[in-house]
Amino acid sequence: MIAENTVSVVLAGVGGQGILLASEVVARAAMHAGFDVKTNEVHGMAQRGGSVIAQIRYGTKVHSPLVPEGTAAVLGALEQIEAIRFAQFLAPDGLAVVSSQAIVPVTVSSGQASYPEDVPQRLAALFPRLAYVHADKLAAAAGNTRTANLVILGAMSNGLDLPAEAWQEAIRTSVAPKHLDVNVRAFDLGRKAV
Amino acid sequence: MIELLSGNEAIARGAFEAGVTVASGYPGTPSTEILEALVAHRDKVYCEWAPNEKVALEVAAGACLAGARCLVTMKHVGLNVAADPLMTLAYIGTVGGLVICVGDDPGMHSSQNEQDTRHFARFAKVPIFEPSDSQEAKDFTTLAFEISERFTTPVILRTTTRVSHSRSLVTLGERQETGRAIKFEKDPPRFVPIPLWGRVMRTKLEDRLGKLRELAENCAANHVEWSDRKLGIITGSISYQYVREIFPDASVLKLGLSFPFPDALIREFAAGVEQVLVVEELDDILEEHIRSLGIACKGRQFVPGIGELSPGRLAQAKAAMEGKSFSIPAPPAQAADLPARPPVLCPGCPHRSVFYALAQHDVIVTGDIGCYSLGVFKPLSRIDTILCMGGGITLAHGMDKAGEKRKIVGIVGDSTFFHSGLTGLLNIVYNRGVSTIIVVDNRTTAMTGHQDHPGTGRTLMGETTVAASIEELARACGVKRVRTVNPYDLHATQQAITEELNASEPSLIVSSAPCVLREKKRPGPQRKINSEVCKKCGLCLKLGCPAAEGAKGAAPVINEVLCAGCGMCEQVCKFGAVAAVEEGL
Ligand SMILES: Cc1ncc(C[n+]2csc(CCOP(=O)(O)OP(=O)(O)O)c2C)c(N)n1
Ligand code: SF4
Repeated sequence: MIAENTVSVVLAGVGGQGILLASEVVARAAMHAGFDVKTNEVHGMAQRGGSVIAQIRYGTKVHSPLVPEGTAAVLGALEQIEAIRFAQFLAPDGLAVVSSQAIVPVTVSSGQASYPEDVPQRLAALFPRLAYVHADKLAAAAGNTRTANLVILGAMSNGLDLPAEAWQEAIRTSVAPKHLDVNVRAFDLGRKAV
Repeated sequence: MIELLSGNEAIARGAFEAGVTVASGYPGTPSTEILEALVAHRDKVYCEWAPNEKVALEVAAGACLAGARCLVTMKHVGLNVAADPLMTLAYIGTVGGLVICVGDDPGMHSSQNEQDTRHFARFAKVPIFEPSDSQEAKDFTTLAFEISERFTTPVILRTTTRVSHSRSLVTLGERQETGRAIKFEKDPPRFVPIPLWGRVMRTKLEDRLGKLRELAENCAANHVEWSDRKLGIITGSISYQYVREIFPDASVLKLGLSFPFPDALIREFAAGVEQVLVVEELDDILEEHIRSLGIACKGRQFVPGIGELSPGRLAQAKAAMEGKSFSIPAPPAQAADLPARPPVLCPGCPHRSVFYALAQHDVIVTGDIGCYSLGVFKPLSRIDTILCMGGGITLAHGMDKAGEKRKIVGIVGDSTFFHSGLTGLLNIVYNRGVSTIIVVDNRTTAMTGHQDHPGTGRTLMGETTVAASIEELARACGVKRVRTVNPYDLHATQQAITEELNASEPSLIVSSAPCVLREKKRPGPQRKINSEVCKKCGLCLKLGCPAAEGAKGAAPVINEVLCAGCGMCEQVCKFGAVAAVEEGL
């Protein structure tokens, strides 16, 4: 159905977790590696703590910025149940990188719904290739809990055929110079965690 | 040089390269980032946020008549507000180029409706360009300026959310200055559409449209990609990209200039293929026109017109056309019982206490559009209607005059108040209404990403300026009962609302505290819940704060990463179970 040589990546999480930056880094890494790239992001209403996804596609020539369901090479989730919510995007042989972080939605706190207690089991059943990463711990180890997005990205990079230099260059061109070191450390910790 | 740009950044770049010197707009997803990107060139381009879209278009119209090239930006519903100047500007025409960039939102990701801006092009008889990626967004912007000046017409550049918010590679070019001196040349028959001259303009409008039709036949933005002749697809905008993905072998007629229609080109294309399929999002504008040419085509019976298209939905349409079945991979069974995660007011949001306080009264709340729209969700559940910007004030008055027995409270944000709240407020006072209006003033246009507005004291160019006072404006409208409350003082907020609800004249409360997400500063110390004191009554959870995490049967826990320190939970707790966290403020 889709051009064979287009690689698709999906990032999922909760608005405010740094998905936009993560998606920019993937796109720039692909660009530095010489590929055509398209991304898609969510702005506006959904950014206020709702479920959000970002999509990145690269290859010799990319048409649609939207990832067709069932085709992503890698799905990265910054919050664990968001991986389940968007699992249909992943290709059957794709890599799922899931943060162990749980963010309880207000629908749960106000008693309208409940947060599943068997998340690890669900993830294991859904994803044959699963990397369950303690992203907030690793981010703290890197020096800033807000870099969990880069930890997940580092882990995801193992499932994408982009050279290490392209990733480094992408991080350098996407984050502010004063936050560069901590972001690079977070990325490296994630990359080694898989 | 090649750069990775969003569609919006590419439009800003295109406007810059086209020599634009004046830009005005009002924020609205998905169009907002255009001016935010363009203002980086503030030394060459004057950029402003107008209070609303009508003002923005009129400002640009004035500048264009003086000879400047002008860009106007807004979201789709913004063009409803600006429709009045658009319709007659089409008659008068332009001097300097004028391009109105309008962002449509198929799928309603961040909008209250799904209207299709292409109707406006036909309605106003002006050309409309539809880019399908960032490179085209830039190229079509510069082309739109060229066409605008050559034909002296305003031009619409229509994007969709997926064009505006997708990034792709763009080759940058150089800026071309117009070289034209700014000087308004007086010429009343040309610029004054009193009936005498307006009728002449009316005829000229049709002549111009005829010339634009000829242009459309040969415009670089319209082209044919011949391939297999069994199926020919006519498409444009982002749909073109889905078509290339799902029908890699089909011949394609891509319309980048989608109105006026290039009839000859359409006929030629249709004659060259066995079957024609039209793929367009939202309304059947192209399809209807193609049928009116006597050309048989397929389209809406297979391609959905409600919601946005996607490669998956188009693959489904293709399968249906071929009599096959294809279902888009659905979320897994394990996702069926996941808790929904709709957007919510941020932890510490100053809007929260107003809704919490309102929940204690049996009133009707006519709401409006902004972050505070989120007060509609449980557990706050304190908005009963939303119509359009400004409607929070006017609907309240209408219900009141209809004879609704309960008291009606209208809620608008500060940016919304300046956008279109004033006239409604004036109407309440003038016509002896009694509604209570609350302006939730967080000193920013938060929902669209924190833009300045006439009340913030800062311009888009970064200069300081007069900060208009909502209280003084309300008094000037004749509201006698005007008061300001600090929403982080829950008791004071509750008291103000109770008192104003009991008043038998119109009143206006300004709930005044800056947006915490923008301030990036906690209004107070973070809180924690002492589980030994907590009686698990769940009252604090009624605030709907994402930082207060409730679990069945246990004391709620305050998430220390999320807590913004607003202290609302401490103020609602009847048992003193919530206290400030000592260290790490
Ligand atoms: C006519 C129109 N223009 C623009 C928008 C986009 N829009 C939605 S909410 C909003 C601003 C809200 O700002 P404000 O009223 O200050 O509330 P806040 O989000 O700050 O709470 C805008 C510009 C719209 N919905 N309708
Ligand atoms: S962005 Fe500001 S106004 Fe909007 S929900 Fe968050 S704190 Fe409230």
